[in-house]
Amino acid sequence: MGATFDLWKLIKTVLFYTAVVFIVVVSVFPFYYAILTSFKQGTDIFRISYWPTSFSLENYQAVFSQGSFPRNLLNSVFVASVTVILALFLAVTAAFALSRVRFRGRGFLLMVILAVSMFPQIAVLSGLFELIRALGIYNTPWALIFSYTIFTLPFTVWVLTTFMRDLPIEIEEAAIVDGATPWVIITRVFMPLMWPALVTTGLLAFIGAWNEFLFALTFTSSNDTRTVPVAIALLSGGSQYEVPWGIIMAASVIVTVPLVILVLIFQRKIVSGLTAGGVKG
Amino acid sequence: MKINKLLVGLLTSVTLVASVAQAAELSMVSGDTGNGLEFLRTQLDKFEADTGNTVTIVPMPSSTSDQFGQYKLWLAAGNADIDVYQTDVIWAPQLADQFLDLTDAAKDVVSQHFPSIIESQTVDGKLVALPAFTDAPALFYRKDLLEKYSKPVPTTWDEMAATAKEIQDAERAAGNAEMYGFVFQGNAYEGLTCNALEWVKSNGGGQIVEADGTISINNPQAAAAIDRAAAWIGTIAPEGNLAYQEEESRGVWQLGNSVFMRNWPYAYALSAGDDSAVKGKFEVAPLPGGDGEGSGSAATLGGWNVAVSKYSSDPEEAIKLALYLSSTEVQKERSINQSNLPTIEALYDDADVLKASPFMANWKEIFQNAVPRPSAPTKIKYNEVSSLFWSAVHSTLSGNGTAAENLEGLEADLTDLKGDAW
Amino acid sequence: MATDVMAEPVVQTGVKIKSELMQQRVRAAQLFLLPMLLALAVVAGWPLLRSIYFSFTDASLNNIDGAEWIGFGNYLRVQTLDSGAVRYRGLLVDPAWWNAVWNTLRFAVLSVSLEAVLGMLVALVLNAEFRGRGIVRAAILIPWAIPTIVSAKMWSWMLNDQFGILNDLGMRLGLLSQKVAWTATAETAMTAVLIVDIWKTTPFMALLILAGLQMVPKDIYEAAEIDGVHPVKQFFKITLPLVRPALMVAIIFRLLDALRIFDLIYVLTPNSSATKTMSVLARENLFDFDKFAYGSAMSTLLFLIIALLTILYIWLGKVRFDGGDR
Repeated sequence: MGATFDLWKLIKTVLFYTAVVFIVVVSVFPFYYAILTSFKQGTDIFRISYWPTSFSLENYQAVFSQGSFPRNLLNSVFVASVTVILALFLAVTAAFALSRVRFRGRGFLLMVILAVSMFPQIAVLSGLFELIRALGIYNTPWALIFSYTIFTLPFTVWVLTTFMRDLPIEIEEAAIVDGATPWVIITRVFMPLMWPALVTTGLLAFIGAWNEFLFALTFTSSNDTRTVPVAIALLSGGSQYEVPWGIIMAASVIVTVPLVILVLIFQRKIVSGLTAGGVKG
Repeated sequence: MKINKLLVGLLTSVTLVASVAQAAELSMVSGDTGNGLEFLRTQLDKFEADTGNTVTIVPMPSSTSDQFGQYKLWLAAGNADIDVYQTDVIWAPQLADQFLDLTDAAKDVVSQHFPSIIESQTVDGKLVALPAFTDAPALFYRKDLLEKYSKPVPTTWDEMAATAKEIQDAERAAGNAEMYGFVFQGNAYEGLTCNALEWVKSNGGGQIVEADGTISINNPQAAAAIDRAAAWIGTIAPEGNLAYQEEESRGVWQLGNSVFMRNWPYAYALSAGDDSAVKGKFEVAPLPGGDGEGSGSAATLGGWNVAVSKYSSDPEEAIKLALYLSSTEVQKERSINQSNLPTIEALYDDADVLKASPFMANWKEIFQNAVPRPSAPTKIKYNEVSSLFWSAVHSTLSGNGTAAENLEGLEADLTDLKGDAW
Repeated sequence: MATDVMAEPVVQTGVKIKSELMQQRVRAAQLFLLPMLLALAVVAGWPLLRSIYFSFTDASLNNIDGAEWIGFGNYLRVQTLDSGAVRYRGLLVDPAWWNAVWNTLRFAVLSVSLEAVLGMLVALVLNAEFRGRGIVRAAILIPWAIPTIVSAKMWSWMLNDQFGILNDLGMRLGLLSQKVAWTATAETAMTAVLIVDIWKTTPFMALLILAGLQMVPKDIYEAAEIDGVHPVKQFFKITLPLVRPALMVAIIFRLLDALRIFDLIYVLTPNSSATKTMSVLARENLFDFDKFAYGSAMSTLLFLIIALLTILYIWLGKVRFDGGDR
């Protein structure tokens, strides 16, 4: 009896760890394969291998010597950061209003914000283009910061609203008794409590802005203003039809590593951020 | 290569005097890639030194449809940031309204270029763009394998397929399981339009839409040509050929896994590279022809041109740049450094050019059979025509209906699209 | 929320002060909402209105300002042929459009439901206590952090029929009898797109569900264990109902995303009619073909379809989006 029970337990454990290993392998393998490919050269790229066979940094050098990749990296960092800061600033105040104050049409407003987050990018592309040219910010980082608001803002408002709703009333009550204005309540009372939420939403919005491609391609027109995803799409081989797989993979690794590191650092926070954003609907 | 001083003098003597006083800042977009961009930069450096203007290159994705969408949007918005555009040979009719007429500026040099190319860039009497280089595909074949099995270079598609099949089977039996007979561009994209146009035209099946605007694609010879190609899939060409663009075909070919390949000249230099498995083992020939009436080798005309935006803030200098980039001097450099085919006929007999790229002598013959895609008669609707055409062909290749059925549907769709006139 | 009376239980210092405070708070709320709403109106509202407007005109990209109003012509119009025959033209009778709608719906339903199931499995695994859980959790976030354009390129490389590692692996393991041209044939193109999308977004789903799982009190399971409830029954009777709200919200965010899918398909199988979705078709008409107004009509209809499906989903699933009460 005891022996069969142990066997069953063993099988369960083995099955469980098989599942764990499977999940990890499936998740990581394509990235691993990209790294592998990025170390290959020439015709070697067309040969399949599962383990590192060659180690050449030539593709990485090519990435940094072609076009202006370092500059594009800086652009991406700048655009994504400013977009996030702006979105958080607008969203924190809005989330306060939406979560802590009751007023007519609150549910409707939340629906509207959700509706905005379901706009297909393609549907607003031409209108945005006109607008950006009219504002005179075409081919500047501001064009991207401006247009990225369309997806970062609704998202941050939603997540922060759910976060704020969960904060205990008592804290706010005390501040109100002391005669604090709503602005003071936000900046002095809520903000300190919301750092984890802000970091999480910020990071998620950052990933969104960092990865965006269509707007970035349309609203910039020079090497000096382009962002990294566009730069990757623009990486080129020796001639018109040649696809430089090795270099593309190298660039992909360069772009993804910072995100992976960010994710590793903040993974706990991301999980709790999504908890608040999703569950309390 | 030393610059041909005389030519520089001829071309820029006027510019030199005028432009030193008022240097312009120009920018040009180019979908060119890697080495191509470097080459362009060296040429622009010379232009800058000669004229005192500065030129910035704005690189674009190498996908031509990405470029096209982008340019259309920019031009529609009257974008003055870009002065000179590098344009595909098929774009002239679609973007004609947005570019300056270069007829006057180029009246002294147009006669040097192949008339057919100048014609392809002329829309309603307006010269929309100047040719920078041209492109025409060829049949790449494995010299060593043809010799081993003592086969001649095929001149008809059927001969090609038979040879391909025989060598493929023999090589596979000999242990090379990955061997295929023929690879081409079968993905549903502009490249398939090019490939299929060659099958149809070489079989005497017309050019999809004729120069006068008649829709000619629904004919037995065209259907036979496409059915013939459909039979290649899974026999001499891998199933995956249905998703191949230029690079995938080259990948298979360059690993030594195909007897024949249809590709553009760019693949020549790469296949001859040191890490290529087919180095020294291959040669090029004109594409095979079909059998019916009016058949014979056909090669789709490709190539790139330079056009000047009508929103350019300095059109005069921009036109000078366009003239410079299409000049004999630059084209010669280009054919030597980039193995791009010149549009200036005289360069095919130029000793320096032939010394650097001996294969170009072969291409003169290929180029004589060049056939334009129907972009001129179909005007702004060309992209849609092409998309309908490649979809019909791709369906046939994938086994969804026979060529006759799909071409009948295509004819109806094209008639619909045409309406009263293109 | 149909009332504008504030429900915050403010300390009772007199009705008058309380209502003044309320007024102040509502005014502040309006002030706080204004910048956000303004930003959304400019960046989202205006461009969308422009698109809708263009869909009722004959605009072409070369002539945007000279667009003339033509009513519903882009959507549906009656054409009388010379022969006297009458036929309908326009988006609503365009087979290419309905093919795209069908593709989009098929993709959205398949991908989201598979992601929900797989996400649930992954979440259940991650919810168990085991060593190295942190590392596993980080590992599954990797697919999600990789830019779509990059993962599409990565996968198109791995899915390549000749030098793709997936075919090689399948052949070695005996799962495939011959190399499959994943992105080439109509039958497998959608599968290829689904594989990549599921790989990329299952982590997102799993994390949302995991978040829900972690809120289920442990003692419920302990009680069930003591009562001898079978684990499978535990899952359906306890876990699923409790995770349902999280799952529903996760599904709707993913559904919205899936319905407008663009970049993945644009990179992986741009021209295959088996995978062409509404967004891809709209882009093609807007920029590649000279049909700006027609493409705008597609964008407008796409927006309407998404809105309609969302409302339907919220209504059927009884998902609450009003922010709840407090």
